Amino acid sequence: MKKETDRFKRAYKEEAEEWLADLEAALLELEEAPDKSGLIGRIFRAVHTIKGSGAMFGFEEIAAFTHEVEAVLDLVRSGEIPVSRELISLTLLACDQIRQMADSDETDSEETGAIVTAFRAMMPAAHPTALPEDSSDAVLRTYRIRFRPASDIFANGTNPILLLDELREMGECRVTPHIHKVPPLREMDPETCYIHWHVILTTDRGLNTIRDVFIFVEDNSQLTVDLISEADELDDAPEDYKKIGEILIERGDITDDTLRDVLRVQKRTGELLVESKAVDPDAVSSALAEQQHMRNLRKRRREVSSVSSIRVAADKLDTLVDLVGELVTVQASLTQRALCLDDAELLTVTESVERLSAALRDTTMEIRMLPVSTAFTRFRRLVHDLSRELEKEVRMVTEGGDTELDKTVIERLNDPLIHIIRNCLSHGIETAAVRTASGKPPQGTLRLSARHSGSQVVIVISDDGAGLDRDCIQRRALEMGLMSPGQTLSEEALFPVISAPGFSTVSEADRVSGRGVGMDVVRRSIENLRGTIDISSQSGQGTVFTLRLPLTLAIIEGLLVTVGENIYVIPLSSVEECMNYDEVVIGAGGAIHLRGEMLPCISLRRIFEEPGDVPAEERVVLLQLGNFRVGLVVDAIIGDYQTVIKGLGRVYKNVKAFSGSTILADGSVALILDPHRLVEMVRSSEQRRKAQP
Amino acid sequence: MAKVIMTADDSASIRQMVSFTLEQAGYEVIEAADGKEALAKLRSGTVHMLVTDLNMPNMDGIELIRKVRQESRYRFMPIVMLTTESQAVKKQEGKAAGATGWIVKPFRPEQLLAVIKKVLG
Repeated sequence: MKKETDRFKRAYKEEAEEWLADLEAALLELEEAPDKSGLIGRIFRAVHTIKGSGAMFGFEEIAAFTHEVEAVLDLVRSGEIPVSRELISLTLLACDQIRQMADSDETDSEETGAIVTAFRAMMPAAHPTALPEDSSDAVLRTYRIRFRPASDIFANGTNPILLLDELREMGECRVTPHIHKVPPLREMDPETCYIHWHVILTTDRGLNTIRDVFIFVEDNSQLTVDLISEADELDDAPEDYKKIGEILIERGDITDDTLRDVLRVQKRTGELLVESKAVDPDAVSSALAEQQHMRNLRKRRREVSSVSSIRVAADKLDTLVDLVGELVTVQASLTQRALCLDDAELLTVTESVERLSAALRDTTMEIRMLPVSTAFTRFRRLVHDLSRELEKEVRMVTEGGDTELDKTVIERLNDPLIHIIRNCLSHGIETAAVRTASGKPPQGTLRLSARHSGSQVVIVISDDGAGLDRDCIQRRALEMGLMSPGQTLSEEALFPVISAPGFSTVSEADRVSGRGVGMDVVRRSIENLRGTIDISSQSGQGTVFTLRLPLTLAIIEGLLVTVGENIYVIPLSSVEECMNYDEVVIGAGGAIHLRGEMLPCISLRRIFEEPGDVPAEERVVLLQLGNFRVGLVVDAIIGDYQTVIKGLGRVYKNVKAFSGSTILADGSVALILDPHRLVEMVRSSEQRRKAQP
Repeated sequence: MAKVIMTADDSASIRQMVSFTLEQAGYEVIEAADGKEALAKLRSGTVHMLVTDLNMPNMDGIELIRKVRQESRYRFMPIVMLTTESQAVKKQEGKAAGATGWIVKPFRPEQLLAVIKKVLG
């Protein structure tokens, strides 16, 4: 192929020499007789040929250079630049330059540049040196093309089908042939074209490009190209495109009157028009095609614009999260392996994988995020119904509904929130009469708000009701033995008390909130979500519940600890501090002493019945579970770890102490402790032990 | 089977360029240096398309087109003529003689292929 190219490059050089000789001769002649007509034309053509053939045979440099010369000569030809000695000698110089460029691969680009500059200097300022390119803008437009070739179109070897194919390649295209002129077979002349076509084309090409398709046949055929729709027009236009009758009138196939006459009888416009012979069936089918085309186009456009969000089955998302979890795990072990091998190249790759999988993980988690408003709006109805039932006037206000939260969190938040709202309405907000008496507006306000706070979402449910009745709570707390006599109920102790199992200030379970489940259930579900709940109340001012929730349940910040051979993950949200066991231990174990406080203590080694020797130095992880603090005794603490939670599966559904598992960087499995359940488990086994002496 | 295109041109460089471009695109090419040679070769073989220059010795392009159209085999064959900008009159003559289309010289290989696609498919 190279040889082939060289061969016709050589041929070009030979011919270029002839053209250059002719050009030189003409130039010299022009110097003698500047007024001789035809000389300029001859010079221009020679330069034009050299330029064009240069481009044709791959002499791009010559083509570019000659273009500059041609641009000036074109203006000389049209009389805008006078013939001058300077022009002639400069053009002669250009000839030498072209010859040099054709002969050798290396050219003096400085010399070329100098000549180009000199030519450009001759140009009047207004003329751009570069010819404008035929550009196609990206805007889609729809055209109606009517192409009626002359009946002898075949005679000069034209195949109209190829032209239609060319149109089809330009964009979305609908071709309707009009065949009603085709005579019966007996009378038909196979060398005559009886058909004409209507085409609806949506393309980003311009009108000229469309007309160019028909460039060879435009003399002997009828061609009309109309722009029927701009892209922008489509955006607001309804899906329903013009009626058939309108299209036919617009296209000049029928008149307004014909349509009106026909419309008196109610049938489909197209059918009627055909029946009444006002128009041939092809015209109608062509108009129908146009209608269909435009409707499709609009429909699609609307679909495209509505694709800004798609619905995906939730389990697909869960699978995706699982897969991303696996990937993060594999990536972690890859990183560890790469660090061991200490291979710089591998480390670079590993870092990229790390970055990518982190981005992938974040994006995937983001997909699961839903705005809190999806939960909030559901409560509107609840508040409405409840306030009717309780004969109270309550207005619900929401804030920050667009705050996003993992969909699982939102789902599991539903019940606790309903319970809190019920509480606010039944215990908090007073009846209109009471409110008016205490100088408040008769209508109570329930406020739901959500906002981000670090890696947590804070949800606040507040009412402007009477607030918690402290005396009543204190009385009940005393009765239930939750506090000792003489102790006053502090603000911090308020919630722990009312959320104690079985706590209720209402003696008789009222219909709304007292269903045997109290705030303890709410607390537990929030804690299961690895969240926290706080309450504050001012008498006569109202009550505020503050829920802090992790953004997602799929990822956990954990503390890795070891017991024997095994590694466990403790949710970092419940970890308060870590210390050495022998610093705090009292006696033989079972309790620790910390800054003047006696705290219970659970040895994981003992309850998991881990065989082997107790290490010389054990560690204590102090957990804060609501108002309850407990120490977990472990062998060693590895450090914090961000991990993707994986469920344990149905086989382990009775395993209470663990909320899930995770795969560590080295591929081993670590169980995630559920501190609340663990404490409960220990507590109940203690009680059983005490019951059986 | 590859379609056969004839290039008739007295300029060797044009013939070579046309041949090279078309062969690259998968066509078979027959070269002819003038109208007479072209006509003889057309009569002796099968050609699907003709690309011809207008100014040629012995028999010019217009004459060649007219003669080709008289051959019953080639009545509907696409014929593209090579013209220059200044040959508007010739272009009309060529069309009247039966040319399907034209290419203005000089042209680039891709322009040639586009025209061939338009008329030959």
